[in-house]
Formats: sequence, C-alpha cells, structure tokens
Amino acid sequence: MRTTRVSKRRGGKRKLVMAWIGRLLLKPFVVLATLADVVLGPLQKLLGMQRMGYFFVLPNLLVFGIFILLPMLLNFYYGFTAGDSILPENRQFVGLANLESLFSCQPTFLDPRSESFMNPSVCQQDRFWRAAGNTLTFVIFQVGVMVLLALVTALALNREVRGRGFFRSIFFYPVLLSPVVVALIWKWILQPEGVFNGILVGMGLERLPFLVEANWARLWVIVVSVWAQMGFHTLILLAGLQSIPHELYEAASMDGAGAWRSFRQITLPLLMPTMVVVLVLSLIRAVQVFDQVFVLTTGGPGTATLYMVQYIFQTAFDRQQFGLAAATSLVLAAVLFVLTLGQLRLGRTSEIA
Amino acid sequence: MADEKRGVVAFLTRKHGGRRIDLADVLTYLYLLAGVVVMFGPVVWLVMSSFKAQSNLFDFPPSFLPQKQDTVVMEGYEQPLPLYDITFADGTTRRLAQVRRVGLQVTMVDPAQPEAEPLELNIRELAGRREVKRVFFDLSNYSGGVQSFPFFTYLRNSVVITVVATLVTLLINSMAAYGLSKFHYRGRDTIFLIMISTLMVPISVILIPAFLVITKVGWNNSLWGVIIPGAATPTGVFLLRQYMLTIPDELLESARIDGATEWRIYWQIILPLTSPALAVLTIFSVMWRWNDFLWPLIVLNRSELFTLQVGLNAFQGALNVQWHYILAMTVLTLLPITVVFALLQRYITTGIATTGMK
Repeated sequence: MRTTRVSKRRGGKRKLVMAWIGRLLLKPFVVLATLADVVLGPLQKLLGMQRMGYFFVLPNLLVFGIFILLPMLLNFYYGFTAGDSILPENRQFVGLANLESLFSCQPTFLDPRSESFMNPSVCQQDRFWRAAGNTLTFVIFQVGVMVLLALVTALALNREVRGRGFFRSIFFYPVLLSPVVVALIWKWILQPEGVFNGILVGMGLERLPFLVEANWARLWVIVVSVWAQMGFHTLILLAGLQSIPHELYEAASMDGAGAWRSFRQITLPLLMPTMVVVLVLSLIRAVQVFDQVFVLTTGGPGTATLYMVQYIFQTAFDRQQFGLAAATSLVLAAVLFVLTLGQLRLGRTSEIA
Repeated sequence: MADEKRGVVAFLTRKHGGRRIDLADVLTYLYLLAGVVVMFGPVVWLVMSSFKAQSNLFDFPPSFLPQKQDTVVMEGYEQPLPLYDITFADGTTRRLAQVRRVGLQVTMVDPAQPEAEPLELNIRELAGRREVKRVFFDLSNYSGGVQSFPFFTYLRNSVVITVVATLVTLLINSMAAYGLSKFHYRGRDTIFLIMISTLMVPISVILIPAFLVITKVGWNNSLWGVIIPGAATPTGVFLLRQYMLTIPDELLESARIDGATEWRIYWQIILPLTSPALAVLTIFSVMWRWNDFLWPLIVLNRSELFTLQVGLNAFQGALNVQWHYILAMTVLTLLPITVVFALLQRYITTGIATTGMK
C-alpha cells in the first residue's frame, strides 16, 4: 500500500518534470508567436478578418507553387524540348519527338535485327521498354503477394491472441527502416557467403546465385519490398477489420453461420472499401519502385531489375537526356493519374454498396 | 488420473470467454511466430553480424552468434596462442595451442602440460584440425567504421534536416490548414483543390524541373534544398484541415469577441486543439525525412552535406568489400528510429491506422 503511494507520487513528480521540460522547449516558440502578434495585429486591421485567410495560406502556397506546381508545369516543357542543357532557354522545341523515340523500339547496342521495329526481341533490348516491362511484372506480383499477405496477417492479428500489440509492432517495424538500410540488410543475407547459402550448403545443397541470376534477382526484389512495406498495409486493414461491428458476427453465429460463411458474407464485403484503399496505395507505390532496388541490385544483373524511376533518374542525371527523362515522367504521371482516378471511382462505388 | 490430466490440459488451453484453443488458434500462433522470425530475423542477423570480427565475417557456413578463435596465454610465449582441436591419424583428439606455422609444418603445445616438449606436426598427416571458437562481440567494426565513415557528420545533417523540416512542415501546413478551413475569401476552394490534386504526385515524377528550380534558387548543395521543397506536403495540409473542420466555430467567435487576433486564435486555440493530428503529422514527417533517399541524392553532391542514407549508399558503393564497416554503420543508422519506435510504438501504430496515409 505504502509502496504504491510512493511510486505514484514519484510518477507524478516525473510528469511534472516532463511538463516543465515541455514548457521550456516551447518557450522560444511562444515568445516568437507573441512577437509576431505585434506585426500581425495591424495586418489584420488592414486586411479585415476574413482575408487574413490569405496570410495563413501564403507560406505553404509559396513553397507549394515554387517547388511542386511550377516543376509540374515545367515538366511538360522539358518533355517537348530537346538538348543536353537543363536550362530552359537553351532547349529546342521538338514536339512529340521525345515520346516517339521513347516508344519506338531501339536496341541499346548494335544488333542486326534492329532494322525491324516490329521485332519484339529488339524492344527487349530497349531500356525504356525493358524498364516498363520489368515495372509491370514487379507491380503485379508485388502488389498481389503483399496485399494477400497483409490481409492474412491482419486477420490473424484481429483474432483474440495474446501479445497482439507485440506482434503488431513486429510486423510494422520494417516499415520504419529506410530503403537503404533495408537493401543493405538483404544484400548481406543474400550475398554468396550469406546465411541462406550457408543453410543450403549445411543441408548438402548447392549455393544459389540469389542476386546474380536475373530471375532470382527479380524474385528477391519483390520479396524484399513486400517485407519492407507489408506492415503498413496490415495496419490499415486491421483498422478496417476492427471497425466492423461485433454484433454482426454474433447475429450470424446465432443464425448458424460458420466461420467461413461469416468471413465471406460479413468480413469481405465490409472490408472492401479498406481493401480498395490498400490496393491503390500499394499500386501507386509499386509503380514508383526505386530506392531499395537501386541499392540492392542497381538495376542488375544487366537490366533485369531496371524500373521506371531508375530509368528516369539515370536518363536525366547520368546521360543528361533531360527531354527523354521528362517524357518518361509524363508517362509515369499519366499512369499514376489513372490509378488515382481509379481509386476515386472505386471508392465511390464501394461507399454506395 | 486421466480425468485430472484432462483437467490440466483444459486449464492450460483455456481462454477468457471460456472457449478452448482450437485448430485455428494454433495456426494463428504458428503464423504469427513465423512472422516474427521473418520480419525481425533479418534485423537480428544484421546486428549479430555487425559484431563479428573482420576475420570471422565470412566464415562459411556462418554462425549466428559472433565468434572468434579462442586463445590461451602460456608462460614463455609473449603472444596469446590460438587454440585448435587436433584429430590425429589414429583417431584421438587433443586440444592444442599453436606456437608457429611454417608452410604445412605446425608447432603445437599442450596447454594442460606446459612443461612437455612442443609437438612438430605436419598438417597433411592429421585427420582434422579445427579452430576452437568462443562467442565474442567485437566492437572494432564500430570504432573503425566511425573513423573511415564520417558517421557523425552525416548524423548531424540528417538530424538537422529532419528536425528543421518537421518544424517548418508543422508550421506552414497548420497555418494553411487554418486558412483553408476557417475563413471565407475568394479563391479558397480553388487553392484547396489544386493542392489536393497533387496529393498523389511523387517527387520522382517532377525530378528534372524540381532540380532546375533548386539550381536557380541556388540551393543545390545546401540543406535548405532538401528541407524546403517537401515541407508544403499536401498530405499534411489535408490531414490537418480535415481535423480543424471538426473544431466548432463558436469557440473562435467567442475568442474574437474577446478581442483576440486571428494569429492569437491560431496559436493559442487552434494549435492546442489540433495536437493529435499534429502528432501524427510529426511522426510521418520524421519518418519521411529520416528515410528520404532520392531527393537528397540529387540535391547534395558534396559529401560533407550527405545525409545518413545517401552517405551509407555511397559508402557501400565505393567500398564494396568493406562489409564489416557497412554492417556496423547500418546498425547505427537504424538505431535512432528503432529507439523512437520502441518508445512510441503505440502512438505510431494507432496514428497510422487511423489516418491511413503515408
């Protein structure tokens, strides 16, 4: 009895200290804010109350306009001009030429088959088409596997399990790690003398070329990005599951519905809006796959894991072909636009349903 | 007896609500435990590897715990002697310390019998010769890594970018959110619509012109070039605006009647009431900035300005073989965010679950 009282008092003291530190940290901001009022009081008299809104929006709007909106518009300019200078005034207008050369199938090295643009094996060697094809396969498998695993994990975490908070945190933890750290962790595991090859050799098997052989590298890039991002989508799905009213399940089980049936007829339909959000968010992220892969494989072996953003990055900053890179950005932006529209459409229909 | 046993099992498998553990529960726990191994195992492996001495890093097959060869200090020898398990041709095994090795000839002594004559052995005539290992956490990867990798410079840059960018983001986003939720003026809805429409435009799509703008402003190779462009995040404005809409206007009206200016209402009423949403945005902003890679990679070319992420990438690209340092520096890089997560994990997971944004 006595000990609890003492510890309580100690806890109270700690809280007081924390609050004191908090106030101390906030002090400079409070002083600044008070000083700002000296200037902003007269400003309000000048503008009138409602138009103070402009003042509040202004800083954000300026940064937004200069660093997001202006580049977005400039991107069109770059996409339709050519030249190896990044300065807008030194570039020539070339119309759709950038898009044309992007979409035409050019081999990256001299090849006797390159005469025929209809030859698909030529497109295979074109870096743009290679990147586009790689991105498409990546998106399909990564999103498919990740959303499925996230759903299974969310369902498992939604059950009455001991240590749920602990499990939830563990599944979420990789989300916090930076792409560079994630890539280095897995590069270390997958290297020829790494732990997986150690296990294989320990079982009397041959070593496998995890990041050296094209298809293995493609597989591991997907596994690693699922590992790194799954926890985030699991959390959203878990929140969706927990918002389904418990009474529905009770009523269903009273009516004699089994677990499978209540899953199919209650959980799935009511989870659909959340599923749509998760699906679109993960699609948008998957299309932009870059940093993890860049550190893990640098797009290799060859061009096996070359994806769109790395193509843009290298075309612009390694080869100085800004027009071509901007044209690729426009294509990517169009894809993202369609995906976002799809989300809005799907979101609306699932709200109605 | 049998009855009693069943009682014990029933007791152990009882759950609250009186239900027994069934197959689905067993599968759930198996799945979750496997998940712990898969999700956390790689990080544990990294940490363990970072403590392995350079000479033992590529031992194959690798050991889980960091090890090094055991040594013994013997009278008459200046250096500690490495220990080996020697299997002789006749099948007997002895633990011996190696004095010297010349080609295939090794000179070994028995630590148990220091007075005995050293043994001259030919490696080829032995049936086996294995290093004796013991668990040893080697810190030299960290001390050496910090010297060859300017960790503290990069850490300072990352901390400056994360802290300043988060403060700027919180300030201008909350101001904009207030301006967009509680005032009526011409163009308000247009501004909001334009901002929201760029919610899904990632930096990768505007890479080249954004770089041009930074160059024109003179901010390439400056931390401001990393901090400012991402500060006007539409995500943050949207999040805060939606939250501020729920604050009743009557509250502001009564403050206005008391003569408070709009600025005062903003920082004395609106900001405290918005603190849950501000906390979520803080978490996001710290995560974004700490882990950001592509944009700092483009803006910063001088290595003394690198962030931890950019620096780590350059380090692993330049010194492809120095894995012992890379591992230690990777652990140091993931440490801060891990500590923050361990302290705040409840707020972070619920915050993200409720806003569903990243």
